[in-house]
Amino acid sequence: MFSLLRSMWLVFLHMFHKRETYQYPEERAPLPARWRGRIALTRDPDGGERCVGCYLCAAACPVDCISLQATEDEHGRRYPEFFRINFSRCIFCGSCEEACPTYAIQLLPDFEMAEYNRQNLVYEKENLLINSEGKYPGYNYYRVAGMAIDGKAKGEAEHEEPPVDIKSLLP
Amino acid sequence: MSTGHYWLVIGGVLFVILNTAAGLIWLERRMLALWQDRYGPNRAGPFGLFIVLADTIKLFFKEDWIPPFADKVVFVFAPAVVVASVLLSFTIIPFAPNVVVADFNVGVLFFLAMSSMGVYSIVLGGWASNNKYALLGAMRGASQMISYEVFMGLSLMGVVILSGSFNLSEIVAAQKNGWYILPQCVGFFIFLIAGIAETHRLPFDIPEAESELVAGFHSEYSGMKFGMIFIGEYMGITLISSMVVTLYFGGWLGPAFLPPVIWFVLKTFVFIMLFILLRASMPRPRYDQLMEYGWKILFPLSLVNLLITAAIKLLI
Repeated sequence: MFSLLRSMWLVFLHMFHKRETYQYPEERAPLPARWRGRIALTRDPDGGERCVGCYLCAAACPVDCISLQATEDEHGRRYPEFFRINFSRCIFCGSCEEACPTYAIQLLPDFEMAEYNRQNLVYEKENLLINSEGKYPGYNYYRVAGMAIDGKAKGEAEHEEPPVDIKSLLP
Repeated sequence: MSTGHYWLVIGGVLFVILNTAAGLIWLERRMLALWQDRYGPNRAGPFGLFIVLADTIKLFFKEDWIPPFADKVVFVFAPAVVVASVLLSFTIIPFAPNVVVADFNVGVLFFLAMSSMGVYSIVLGGWASNNKYALLGAMRGASQMISYEVFMGLSLMGVVILSGSFNLSEIVAAQKNGWYILPQCVGFFIFLIAGIAETHRLPFDIPEAESELVAGFHSEYSGMKFGMIFIGEYMGITLISSMVVTLYFGGWLGPAFLPPVIWFVLKTFVFIMLFILLRASMPRPRYDQLMEYGWKILFPLSLVNLLITAAIKLLI
């Protein structure tokens, strides 16, 4: 009986405690930097697209919401011809971000994506591309990778040694 | 009493009670939220008060579906019983001097009879739904009823002995020299517990038990039929609160700086809050625990209370 009264009293005291609620539209919960929200395609420091159209994100996606078509420009750089994410299917698992070898696809701390029209949830490449380097500033895939493109032959990437001439015996 | 006054009282009581029941939807959600460190509904209108309007409109416009396997006549009839019986109970409550619908000389008995009728809505509704959860809820409702109804009546008899009347207005008038909460403190607690069980509120919402039985006896109810059960429950809270105030806390008696009706409303409000606080803080017992508690503890206790009250009344 005493414990019942005591619990009633303690519950009553909760009236004067601080509220836990965030009054959402006016007051927002702080989202952690790694919060998995809206998916975006980031750019490298030079403003070029990071995505090289390797399809790994589309393969990793458990709900098959990513579709893209890779192509190559005149400089030998691969890029996606179209890149489409259907956010009505996306479960924001972040597997695409983990799979991406060039840090191109990233999940941002933003969840306010509600739409009245279902079709508006299908984001095309121009909707996905953002003018930012995302979580990896300074990273440029073509500058660290060994792949040859116009203006950068094999062996000229950062921390890369010139290719070994296998026909020569000299060290 | 003139006829005009009479109709005014009936209309006023009906209006106030039904609106209180609707307002309690908001009050309960708001208070539960406060006691759980939330805000509760605070968006629609001032303090979220328009949630009442929204809820009412929603209840009226929801599909009122009668399941094809239900016993249709009883199914439709059952929700009306609880509302009718609670509303009838309100006729005998004196809200202020001369503001009472029916000044019965057997008011307490009428209250007991009418409030017991409420259980028919549970048993019949649960049975007519032809659904196993509803039936389990109805069965629990019946078992709960036989355990609280006895000591509920007995706990009131102490007040009847002290005041020497079954008429609620006279009971209130007899408390002029001291509320019955002091001499009848045991009776008050027993009546309060029985009253909580009577309204099927937490912690004694065993027939409903939404965490075990879907929604208990009203699992199959929808639309305004569910609304009737819903409103009946809130009116039941108001009824038990005002009965507790009338019988033990001097009804409309109070210092003269406020009119009697205000005193009555204030005291009733305190007990309504207590009901909501109980819901916020109590776990639900098993129904055999409630029966055991009722028959083995509260029933003898109310008998002892009755005996001692009678003995004191005889000796003094």
